Amino acid sequence: MTQGSDDRRIVNTGALARVEGEGAMRVEIVDGELVAVHLDIYEPPRFFEALLRGRSYTEPPDITARICGICPVAYQLSACAATEDALNLIVDGQLRALRHLLYCGEWIESHALHIHLLHAPDFLGCDSVVELANLDRSAVERGFEIKKIGNRIMEVVGGRAIHPVNVRTGGFHRVPTARELRVLRDDLVRGLELADEVVDWVAWLVAERGPAWNLDHELVAVDHPTEYPMMGRSIRSDRGLTIDVAELLDHVEEYQVEGSTALHARLLERGRYLVGPLARYGLAADRLAPRAAEAARRGGLGPICRDPFASIIVRAVEVVHAFATAIELVDAYRRPARPALPLPTEVELRERVGPGTCVGHGVTEAPRGLLYHRYRVGGDGLISDAVIVPPTAQNQPAIERDLWAVVERNLHRPDDELRRLAEMAIRNHDPCISCATHFLDLTVERS
Amino acid sequence: MTADRSGDGEVPAGDDRVSLAVWKFASCDGCQLTLLDCEDELLAVADRFRFAHFLEASSAVDDGPFDVSLVEGSITTADDVSRIHDIRERSAVLVTIGACANAGGVQALRNLADVDVDELRSIVYPSPELISTLASSTPIADHVEVDLELPGCPIDRNQLLEVLAAFLAGRAPNLPTTSVCVECKARDLVCVAVAGAEPCLGPVTRSGCGALCPSVGRGCYGCFGPAEAANTSSLVERLRGDGVDDGRLTRLLHTFNAWAPGFRDQPVAVADPTRSGR
Repeated sequence: MTQGSDDRRIVNTGALARVEGEGAMRVEIVDGELVAVHLDIYEPPRFFEALLRGRSYTEPPDITARICGICPVAYQLSACAATEDALNLIVDGQLRALRHLLYCGEWIESHALHIHLLHAPDFLGCDSVVELANLDRSAVERGFEIKKIGNRIMEVVGGRAIHPVNVRTGGFHRVPTARELRVLRDDLVRGLELADEVVDWVAWLVAERGPAWNLDHELVAVDHPTEYPMMGRSIRSDRGLTIDVAELLDHVEEYQVEGSTALHARLLERGRYLVGPLARYGLAADRLAPRAAEAARRGGLGPICRDPFASIIVRAVEVVHAFATAIELVDAYRRPARPALPLPTEVELRERVGPGTCVGHGVTEAPRGLLYHRYRVGGDGLISDAVIVPPTAQNQPAIERDLWAVVERNLHRPDDELRRLAEMAIRNHDPCISCATHFLDLTVERS
Repeated sequence: MTADRSGDGEVPAGDDRVSLAVWKFASCDGCQLTLLDCEDELLAVADRFRFAHFLEASSAVDDGPFDVSLVEGSITTADDVSRIHDIRERSAVLVTIGACANAGGVQALRNLADVDVDELRSIVYPSPELISTLASSTPIADHVEVDLELPGCPIDRNQLLEVLAAFLAGRAPNLPTTSVCVECKARDLVCVAVAGAEPCLGPVTRSGCGALCPSVGRGCYGCFGPAEAANTSSLVERLRGDGVDDGRLTRLLHTFNAWAPGFRDQPVAVADPTRSGR
């Protein structure tokens, strides 16, 4: 909608749709020149980090899951990684494999949701998946079938698709039997075939859109020597940064921008950076499962992809990877003898921590990017300090930069088209505003 | 916030579907995601319901009035107080979905915290003065009349579909009001409280989840909120007798439905900040 007096033109849209959470966007154009781009996150703050103080170190997996209904497993597993680090617990073997499988379920569910319900409608000029289904019902039904299999994995391993109940510091409450996992196998094989088809479909959507973009962000992701980034202890960028998880806050600065309840993040002395599918793919395409690497080649992706509009292809490739990985994990599964590592008793904890506190750092790859947790725990087992750095807070400066580039190159377009392009530039990064509170109305002001 | 989008989603002539709106306040999006998680039913739902305002799913929105509004989230800002009144006026039926909307959610822990909201603000934000929020997180029913509260953190998919189906049929939805213990027994699960000595809120928590936590060998953590006529103080005494200390008891009761009557006053009564004006 356009408003304005004689010399000033303001284009304004309402709350951004097809994102998770609430926010607005404002673009200011003076004398035909772009002067400002702002994302305004008006999602009300919920103060998780403050409310975690005084809670038991075993509670963050359940409590922080409630930061985001779209990626609760990411919150649970980053919380587990951090609290286990604080206690020097190392969860490996089949317990780690089960977490890996659970996480594959969330990647599949979240990516299928974003590809089909949130992002693909943009490429075909639809308002919603319902409208998209009128154009291509089989593509939508395929997306729902994939999404449902992702949820099924989370139900079998996690006990529930949204806010799983089975995850705990040290492992799980109950580990599934080999037979319970084998029941998933036929669905996973079917899902892998469907995911391959989705790669071809979204590659077509992107190719139809027009020439590729090339946006220059430092790419940052979890690093693992053999696995595609999902769980790990170190962090790497494509411009030479390699750090241990414990060093993250020495390199990342969170800052506040007026009008936004989200904290923004930047790398000290390096500036904005990008986390998420483009970053993971750019840093670790060589660690994709062979079937996913083949899908990436078929989808037209090179060794690195800097086109945010092609992120939908990378997500589809990651779905292939997640299915291929899940099948391997199910095939190799041996039920662990115990569902979780034993936690220290009260006395042991007091002795180990002493009068001060112990600190634990954890990082994993949420579907939308790197998610970091840090907890300080006292000898009484209670948390004295919590820090959570969600992916969307880290991506906000990069998203604003993308918006700038997209708006600047399309100033000649009518307001409605400009608004659609700008919203798409935001959805490219699958922002989770509920996570970020700590994100979007588009206002375009022209004068 | 959304007024400028008016006109995008005008009702096409001859569209006699029920208009459905989904609203978000302070929340995690998980309850509205539950609707999108109805993979087998969503397109069928869209045949009978028109998504007149559902920002997570559609860019097309209209100004109402709406036949049904589903409201997720709790009230934590002054703007949201006026927004919920506006939504109520435009909604024939208003259903709250989930623990945030029904009881204030996990963010209602601020109501029970021993530090005030200024302190909370300064713990999380470097420039707390830029953050505007209320001292408390309150349920929707504290502000407007609510026609039905769907419990859960998150809500159950089948219960949500039951509510929508009941609306179409013009009947009351069939939702259980018993406790988790009833579902647990119906599933033939071993009692984790008796056999495993796990502190379990099953006896005082509303059923509907299918006794998920006991099915994985852990005690119920009360995410569906208090059952009808729950005798929480009796359970508290029993757990004390089992050696659960008050700190742990408080943490057990005070999570996602911390501010629900029946949970918030246990194990010790606390002052109500919404009434004292803190």
